[in-house]
Amino acid sequence: MTIAATGRPSGHRDRMRSLFGRDPIGYAFIAPYVLFLGGLFAYPLLVALYISFFDYFFAAPGAQVDRPFVGLSNYTAVLSDSVFQRSMLNVAEFIVINVPLTVLLSLVLAAALNAKLPFRAFFRVAYYIPYVTASVAVIGVWLWLFSRDGLINGVLGPLAPSPSWLVSDVLAMPIIALVVTWKQLGFYVILYLAALQNIPRELYEAAEVDGAGVVRKFMSITIPGVSSVTTLVVILATIVGANLFTEPYLLTGGGGPNGASMSPVLLMYQQGIEQGHAGYAAAIGVVLAIIVMTISAINRFVLEKD
Amino acid sequence: MTTSAAIGRASPQVAPSQHDDRFSLQRVVGVAALVAGAVLFLFPFYYMIVGSLQRAPDTGISGAFPNPGNLTLANFTDINAQVDLVRTLMNSGIFTGGVLLATFFIGLLAGYALAQLEFRGRSVVFNAMMLILVLPFQLFMIPLYVLIVRSYGLADSYLGMILPFAVNATAVFIFRQFFLQLPRDLFDSARIDGASELLVLRRIAIPLARPAIVTAMIVTFIGPWNEFLWPFLITKQHDLQPLAVALANYISTVAARATNPFGSILAGAVVLVIPAVIVFVIFQREFIESNLGSAVKG
Repeated sequence: MTIAATGRPSGHRDRMRSLFGRDPIGYAFIAPYVLFLGGLFAYPLLVALYISFFDYFFAAPGAQVDRPFVGLSNYTAVLSDSVFQRSMLNVAEFIVINVPLTVLLSLVLAAALNAKLPFRAFFRVAYYIPYVTASVAVIGVWLWLFSRDGLINGVLGPLAPSPSWLVSDVLAMPIIALVVTWKQLGFYVILYLAALQNIPRELYEAAEVDGAGVVRKFMSITIPGVSSVTTLVVILATIVGANLFTEPYLLTGGGGPNGASMSPVLLMYQQGIEQGHAGYAAAIGVVLAIIVMTISAINRFVLEKD
Repeated sequence: MTTSAAIGRASPQVAPSQHDDRFSLQRVVGVAALVAGAVLFLFPFYYMIVGSLQRAPDTGISGAFPNPGNLTLANFTDINAQVDLVRTLMNSGIFTGGVLLATFFIGLLAGYALAQLEFRGRSVVFNAMMLILVLPFQLFMIPLYVLIVRSYGLADSYLGMILPFAVNATAVFIFRQFFLQLPRDLFDSARIDGASELLVLRRIAIPLARPAIVTAMIVTFIGPWNEFLWPFLITKQHDLQPLAVALANYISTVAARATNPFGSILAGAVVLVIPAVIVFVIFQREFIESNLGSAVKG
């Protein structure tokens, strides 16, 4: 299939070229990836939509079961389910705590890291380590720190909350939001650091000549200079919030107490896989994906307007 | 995200915003914030190691410091009795290794084709890839479970674990971005000599792409090594579970009955964390720069 070595008349080659492009060998190179995309993304996407319109449940292998078309009834059931509503409110609470904190802390740390200082590489690594370690492993240590007789309550002494952190329906979700903020922050620090390094130094020098102080420079140069990264951070943090599973499953023992830290993905797991109502769970997935993509689009529009 | 990249060309190097007095207030505050941040980030890991070595759990303030009289490796043997560490680490390794292999072969071919070869439909594939980067995984959880476990009977198999992660989209993106920078002439001379496209890829493109390959492989490594939800869904057999899944099952079911539950949980956590941290510390430059490149210049 080499292009140069083909001795065919050029008319034939021109026709092939206009039909397939200059390098038809590209089809062979891309084929395995296209197969992967089709088989593990496009087709499952259609299956998800299909299942969500049927009373689709799991039966014993080989058993013949009737899975009737039920129209939108999975969707109406999901939207009117109080557990689902609670899980969406929990995600909203998560986002309200996590997103502003993430943007603020990662921008401040990145700005501090952007100055010439000793041990910069050490700090970069320190911030990044939670991001590259498994959630399951760090949840082990946070479980211990926040347990009733744990170090945090030990330090607080009489100020320790009762009921304790992870079994309090007021505190469970904020703790999850804080732990996830801690886990992901390093990634966002690095994103901001890259954006900061792209802001021309002359802008700061010109502002200093005009007598701008530290705060003024930060507000007028730094924040606008990193706005595209802020959009990305807000979108990524929202997706992380919507995908929450491991933390409510392990840290608060399955979305407890009493569903106070239930997440939509945990509900999908319980309904779809533990109880076998795949149609219902697929509908949760579709609703959630639509909401996440809408929020991402709005964020993009609002934050990148100027 | 193109604006910042365009500005970047004016001053690509580190531009420290402070260049005044070495001991200015601003600098002191900055360093203090960084040190406080680093303590907050690293303390849980330090405490994980200390806790994994305690004979009797000490949750008091004194427990934050290693006490020579209370040190033991018994927690590691305890967790190993409940969760076969060698076996589960091997499962994590096979799962991760399978994803790395598939990403290397399929992803490299795809990245090269998307950057250097012109064929009809190329932009469709590229847009599909970009869409996957933003579609949330929850959308795929149920249908993938239905297909892989129910239709294809791949529950409790390495193939079932690997398939949904097989080709890391970020890695394909990194490959494509790298090959885009290479001029086509570079390859054309070899093509004129009659070399096949596969030979061009092997002899010219891959040797040049070594840094991009290292970066892509590290980014890919972190995903399956730390992944919990998917392997948790499809492995019920203990001898096929990756360590993250086995440890999570231990936390949620067995730990309550152990004599020093946190000690053994933390011992398992240390074993799970160490390989990822070693890989990260060795390759941290490539790892961090990849995120710089893919996010800002994308």
